[in-house]
Amino acid sequence: MSGRVLVGVKRVIDYAVKIRVKPDNSGVVTDGVKHSMNPFCEIAVEEAVKLKEKKLIKEVVAVSCGPQQSQETIRTALAMGADRGIHVEVSGKDYETLGPLQVSKILAALAKKEDAQLIILGKQAIDDDCNQTGQMTAALLDWPQGTFASEVSMDGAQVKVVREIDGGLETIKINTPAVLTADLRLNTPRYATLPNIMKAKKKKIANVKPADLGVDLTSRLEVLRVDEPPQRQAGMKVETVEDLVEKLRDTGMV
Amino acid sequence: MALREGALRAKLLLCSRTLSKFASFSFARSLSELVSSQSVTSKPPEIADDHLIYTQEHSALKEALRKLIDQEINPYVDQWEAEGTFPAHKIFKILGNAGFLGVNKPVEYGGLGLDFSYSVAVAEELGNIRCGGIPMAIGVQSDMATPALARFGSDELKKEFLLTSIMGDKVACLGVSEVGAGSDVSSIKTKAVKKGDEYVINGGKMWTTSGTQADWMCLLANTSDGPPHKNKSLICLPMNLPGVHIARKISKMGMWSSDTAEVFFDDVRVPCKNIIGQEGMGFTYQMLQFQEERLWAVANIVTTMDNIIQETINYTRQRRIFQLPVLHHQAVHFRLAELQTEVELLRSLLYRATAMYIKGNDVTKLASMAKLKAGRLARELSDSCLQYWGGMGYTSDVPVSRFYRDCRLLSIGAGADEVMLGIICKYMDTLPKK
Repeated sequence: MSGRVLVGVKRVIDYAVKIRVKPDNSGVVTDGVKHSMNPFCEIAVEEAVKLKEKKLIKEVVAVSCGPQQSQETIRTALAMGADRGIHVEVSGKDYETLGPLQVSKILAALAKKEDAQLIILGKQAIDDDCNQTGQMTAALLDWPQGTFASEVSMDGAQVKVVREIDGGLETIKINTPAVLTADLRLNTPRYATLPNIMKAKKKKIANVKPADLGVDLTSRLEVLRVDEPPQRQAGMKVETVEDLVEKLRDTGMV
Repeated sequence: MALREGALRAKLLLCSRTLSKFASFSFARSLSELVSSQSVTSKPPEIADDHLIYTQEHSALKEALRKLIDQEINPYVDQWEAEGTFPAHKIFKILGNAGFLGVNKPVEYGGLGLDFSYSVAVAEELGNIRCGGIPMAIGVQSDMATPALARFGSDELKKEFLLTSIMGDKVACLGVSEVGAGSDVSSIKTKAVKKGDEYVINGGKMWTTSGTQADWMCLLANTSDGPPHKNKSLICLPMNLPGVHIARKISKMGMWSSDTAEVFFDDVRVPCKNIIGQEGMGFTYQMLQFQEERLWAVANIVTTMDNIIQETINYTRQRRIFQLPVLHHQAVHFRLAELQTEVELLRSLLYRATAMYIKGNDVTKLASMAKLKAGRLARELSDSCLQYWGGMGYTSDVPVSRFYRDCRLLSIGAGADEVMLGIICKYMDTLPKK
């Protein structure tokens, strides 16, 4: 086994920023807005680095698909302990329509090229909330998947994954190579310490184009319109419980 | 603990997205404050390739520090302000582990050996803490109690006090000012009399930041009877020695989360080897680090001023008077524009002085000018902004009133305005000759 883990990291609008919709409703405002690594991707990086510290894997490679600024996101992963990075350059129109299907094709191609033993991703990105990339990547590679992982342990050539599901927790054992997606409680990501930030400067980030991987970026989806959530309406006061039940029935809530 | 943190983060992740502009928060107040405070202080990335002094590394440093502040410090500020102290050992250990307490200190003692521009970056980012007390305490730990030790201390001394302070294991405090001597450092009365291979220390210190929790003090004392600028020495004084009395925690107008102590020394005995560098050079050593101290203070307040302006904009945008948002009244948005202009001017002076300093120049004049302006601008800005908050500005619940109280110290501490003016006049050669 190569002992190599690919970790996908996505550059998204920072979670604390108030999102504003563009005046033409074609999307959200991203210019001049603070961006950072997707929180679930941070958890994925932390898990990969932890596995390396436990000597269960040998190398952590951080991958990001996007424009020039995605390199900052890769640098953050390097500062957290990843060994090297791969920046898949996607910009302009291609970047606007980049979605889980395209990214999973890229990751699948890279996984084969890098002979990866594991791919660890965040369960979803906080901008599109798709929750698809991990699953699609596994399908394209015909690899087993351990999604919504809240606990990961290696057992020889197998991985034991405790998954967070609606009913509670599900424990599965899957063969490697495999795809894992990190859920919130998998770990608490470490702070990138200053010494590691300075060390990250020397780590390599390779530049790759989607075409080099034989990936077609054409999207099957077209975003028609983006709107803000509806303004919160004023409430209504009622006199009695009977009125309340009647109103609930009228509005179809009950 | 992890689960609660996880749940808190989950709430943040899920809820911050679905809040519409004027939704009333139904979550715990601290959580809503956390969300609103973070969204207020999130600013567009200002570090481009053509920034005067910052590089990608500075940018990465600021992001990492910001995360630490948002998770480990800001959620507890209100509580610590109310309690009148903050857990210095805990916070300094977290900062020390992440490498933020020894940015420009020697690598051999756990520092990063980077230039002063990185210290300025740290100071700027600490301005995002929701009070003035904690950045002040951190500044003392990283850039006021330790520079002389780093430069002139013996290897043994550095191992015992510098390394531990940079790692965040020991809390440091600075013992210079006294009840009878603040601006006039040369007139301090604390004496360290040599007896055998020990100094016997008698006297007291005032305005000691973190004094009630510190493990050691960088003490300036008279070690001989010579001329006042040549008879003082810096001594590393462990605070647990017999004779060291923490007389009281001083009740102050602001900076509540920073415990400030009055300390007495009653025949305190400390080994002679605890002296930093040469005996008699203490005053000089202390003066050498003032440029850095002052620029640090300026860097810190500049970010806070930006934040206060932004919070004032946010408040006045939704608060209506006479059928209009307060912000729509020209007097208000024009005044805020004036204040923002002044903040940018001060920032430019800060970067200019820093750029020259890291190239090896003496920037005493510029640093003094920046400190002078920072103290005065902070007072002016907090006063104007508080006015626009109206009655709410007068309450304890809003950030502007805390800022108003906290920033008043800047014109007094770390070099009073009048001292700055004296220095500038000296450089302008306008002081009356004897």
